[in-house]
Amino acid sequence: MNNLSIPSWGFWLMGIGFGLFVAMLVHTIRRNRGMKRSFYAWPYTLWMVVFTVLPLVLIAYYAFTDKAGQFTLENFANFWDSNRGMKTQLIAQGFDPEALGMGARGTVNVGTLIYSLWMAFLCTGISLLLGYPAALIMADREFKLGATIVVLFIIPMWMNFLLRTIAWMSLLEDNGLINTLLQSLGFAKLKLMYNSQAVLLGMVYNYLPFMVFPIYNSLNRQDRRLSEAAMDLGANKWTTFWRVIFPISMPGIVSGITMVFMPSVTTFFIPRVLGGGNTEMFGDLIERTFLTADDWNVGSALSLIMMVLILFSLGLLRKVDPEGEGGSLI
Amino acid sequence: MQEQQKLITLENISKEYDGTVVLEDINLYVRKNEFLTLLGPSGCGKTTTLRIIGGFEKPTTGSVIFDGQDITDLPPYKRRVNTVFQKYALFPHLNVFENIAFGLKVSKRSKEEINERVAQMLDLVNLKEYGKRRVDSLSGGQQQRIAIARALVNEPEVLLLDEPLGALDLKLRKGMQLELKRMQQRLGITFIFVTHDQEEALTMSDTIVVMKDGRIAQIGPPKHIYDEPKSAFIANFIGESNIIRGRMIKDELVNFCGTNFTCVDFGFAKDAQVDVLIRPEDIVIVGEDVGQLVGTVKSVLFKGVHYEMIIDAGGFSWKVHSTSMQPEGSQVGLSIVPFNIHIMKPMEEEELDE
Repeated sequence: MNNLSIPSWGFWLMGIGFGLFVAMLVHTIRRNRGMKRSFYAWPYTLWMVVFTVLPLVLIAYYAFTDKAGQFTLENFANFWDSNRGMKTQLIAQGFDPEALGMGARGTVNVGTLIYSLWMAFLCTGISLLLGYPAALIMADREFKLGATIVVLFIIPMWMNFLLRTIAWMSLLEDNGLINTLLQSLGFAKLKLMYNSQAVLLGMVYNYLPFMVFPIYNSLNRQDRRLSEAAMDLGANKWTTFWRVIFPISMPGIVSGITMVFMPSVTTFFIPRVLGGGNTEMFGDLIERTFLTADDWNVGSALSLIMMVLILFSLGLLRKVDPEGEGGSLI
Repeated sequence: MQEQQKLITLENISKEYDGTVVLEDINLYVRKNEFLTLLGPSGCGKTTTLRIIGGFEKPTTGSVIFDGQDITDLPPYKRRVNTVFQKYALFPHLNVFENIAFGLKVSKRSKEEINERVAQMLDLVNLKEYGKRRVDSLSGGQQQRIAIARALVNEPEVLLLDEPLGALDLKLRKGMQLELKRMQQRLGITFIFVTHDQEEALTMSDTIVVMKDGRIAQIGPPKHIYDEPKSAFIANFIGESNIIRGRMIKDELVNFCGTNFTCVDFGFAKDAQVDVLIRPEDIVIVGEDVGQLVGTVKSVLFKGVHYEMIIDAGGFSWKVHSTSMQPEGSQVGLSIVPFNIHIMKPMEEEELDE
């Protein structure tokens, strides 16, 4: 594969990077001599280097090089104008894209990114609106079924998420369970699948537990006497919730938002199954660029843009909640 | 003491959790401006009683009367009482000023009033400069004062305090005891105080309610409870004590350790079994020849103000407090004046009575 034709200086760079890393490790271990614990960190460190650090270095490398291994920003330009590759080819063949009426900027990539962000935003918002009350009920000690609900939330997570998503198909299909039921009751069939709403449903369904559990944890940990103190000082249940319970559960909310937003933005597969290809999201775009278009350089650039966006939003959350648990999730 | 207004009355209060009885038939009244202490070992139901008054628990039976009005079913936020919680329960997301202002903000007071009254409170608890501080940056004693200020700023008629000094070290605790008592007298607020520390109860209270196993064992002023405990349990719990089995020969004459002692108690049946209480500081060490009992000093402990000696005499190990030390192994005489011999119904009999 020509994608792997890394020039010699690339190998040098990686070699130097890896060497530096090993040197730092050795230095750390030397300095902490006697602290045997660092010894046990070796397998994990090795794992991280091979499967996290190295791939990240490779992604950055691909994103900033062309197929010949030369430094270029062309891949990012390709993100901005999705027709750029085609136009370059046309020009190379002696055509003028403008004259052919193909000079306009291709907005597919940017559009997909905005669509993904919007969907992730909706998914996070809906999950929060559904998840917070659920967590509140689960953490209520007076409510005896709380523990049961916790288990009910966990059990579906034992199943593979592909299976869970495909299971929705059999519910939402034109001849699926819901439509069959509607028909037998004399109603008209509904178009439930292959639209954004179905994708959103699938996303919320899959990511809701990641919202519920951090919030549940922070509510469960909350000192009950704080609510009692608020009531003692004249706050009714509503005021107690808004002035005490809710603000103190903020770290849980931030954590939940992070844990839902991150996978939401990078969602793939769900749009393909439930959206039927009408609703491509950024995750699918990256996958398609790598595997179908076989363009590792542009794919890496897209991934890098995604990562920067996620880091940026994490930074924002950190601002909201300086000591929160959200930021430490990376 | 003149008859003061009964502010809070508990009538036949009992409380069960899942079939376990934690309070049984509590009858109690609290007078206006009184400093009342609920005292007892852990698990005796004193905190539950306080929580029932605060409105955080509903009694299984019985009612709470506040100023002539039944408030048993009233939620906490409608009661004219405020609580200082065990370990303070300060709001971690608010600073000191906001913590104290909480009650005023909830009742929608004007900004000027809030600023003024919170400043007053900060002044009262000697934390003037601390308004902007985070509560977790304060020491235990400071948090304690904030918790008190947060409750007092609402000008409650009754302040409930649930072991508020339990987390403080000895010196700080002593200081806070005095400060609390002073505040109570200055502000003229009724205090209901929960503690398991008998010394704290004796120092601060107008009235002590001793509780045991969900029941009230004795109610009375500190001095009365110390001098005339109704049972060996109370005597043991409050102050140190020597409790010995005895037999009433007749009124004002009791026999223990094989010796007859004149006392001041009467009304017991002839030859009735009794518990005799003698406080360690009430036993006087005298010469061998003049002692009512003669014994040997077994051990001596220096306690600061006094020495604590264990003296074996008449088949009983007496705990004796004295400022003059007798060397270990020496023979001494013990003398007890009639007034300091307290006769109580024996424990089992008392418990059967209930």
